[in-house]
Formats: sequence, structure tokens, C-alpha cells
Amino acid sequence: MSARVQEAAFDFAAEMTAFQSTVTRSGAVVSFTGVVRDDTGNLDHMFIEHYPGMTQAALQKFADQATETFGLEKVLVIHRYGQLQPGEAIMMVATAARHRKDAFAGADYLMDYLKSRAPFWKKELSKGSATWVAAKAQDEAELAAWGLEGTAKES
Amino acid sequence: MKLNMLYFAWVRERIGHSHEAYETSAVTVADLIAELVARDAGYAAAFADLSVICVAVDQELSDFTAPLADCREVAFFPPMTGG
Repeated sequence: MSARVQEAAFDFAAEMTAFQSTVTRSGAVVSFTGVVRDDTGNLDHMFIEHYPGMTQAALQKFADQATETFGLEKVLVIHRYGQLQPGEAIMMVATAARHRKDAFAGADYLMDYLKSRAPFWKKELSKGSATWVAAKAQDEAELAAWGLEGTAKES
Repeated sequence: MKLNMLYFAWVRERIGHSHEAYETSAVTVADLIAELVARDAGYAAAFADLSVICVAVDQELSDFTAPLADCREVAFFPPMTGG
């Protein structure tokens, strides 16, 4: 299980080739890539802050949980921080499982955890404005739907 | 006890710095927040709405009732927006 936090861009094609080349007993490989989206046409760039001491361990924990829950053969998580331009890849996950349903579910589960439990914060910088992206109630609902953990806001 | 305090995203911006060493006798996270809020307007603004404040104690997500005994690092931040 591999989890990486990095500022630099990653090469999606090279990552997937390397990932698949080490898979030996899986019939399904699924990947997801998150990309900086410009909804208004005014986005200059996105800034992603993270909690250096905690991030790597959190990603590793979610990768291990996904592996155990869905019987995955292999998991890869890469998440970037720093300044990113519209259209740049923010992060990716890849999962390998015997059958596609577990590979898809594993990737979906990982994404739900990364959205709401990995210590990253996105800020959108446009001409004349800077706005922290707010978490969505829907993200919490999707996490709760896995039924494996309570919500973060226990207080 | 002396805590290593960390602040992220708009919590950091409102408080005005990203980290500090802080001497406290607070028993729980909630006590610690009450102390911080009384320090100045920046802290008060950061903690004005506790429904959008998350806490990690020694780098594990926690909650406001968590005891601080023997802990070394406390981080406050808004709900996370990864992915």
C-alpha cells in the first residue's frame, strides 16, 4: 500500500503503468484523478495547505482500511499540496482487486475519506478574492453511509 | 504543561500565526478553547463558530471533550477539504 504527499506534479500514466505492473492476482484496476476545476472562469490558482505531521499517516491509514475492507491487492494514493493551476491534477487513487466491484468500491471509499478526513484545505484565488473552500454536508453524509466511523464533529 | 499549538487555513489566518508554544493548565480541549478565546479578538474570531472547528490531539482527530493530560501537540482547523 503506497501513500504519498508531495508538492510536485505526478505523471498519471507512469504511475498507472507501474501500479498495474506489480499487480499479480487482480482482474480489476480502477483509478480516480481529482483536477482543479474553474467554475467561474476567473480562478487564477488553487492553494492547498496541509498538516505535514499528520497527512502521510492519515493517507496510509485510509489506504490500509480500504485494503482490509474490500480485500484489495494494491492501493496507491497520491495527494499534492501547494499552488496548483486550473486543470492540474490535485490527487489520484488507484485500487486493484479480484473483481471490479471491490476495486470501484475501494476507490470510492478512499475518496470519501480523503475528502473529509485527510488534513488538507483548499483555497481558491481569483482576481481580487481569496476563498477557502467549505466542506459540504453531503461529504459527511457520504462518509457516514459507509457505516464504519462516526462523524468528525462529535462535540 | 507546554503545548505545541498549530493552526491551519482560515483558523490560522484569523489568529495571525501558524504555530506557537503555549503554557496551559487546561484539562480538556474545550477548556483550552475557552482560554484562547479570552486572549484576543483574533482567537475569538477564529473560534466564534465551534461547529466549523476541528481538533487533532497529537495528530489524531479528536473532539472537544478530549483530555489534554500528557499530550504535546494540539491543532485547530476548519473541516477538511481534501480530494
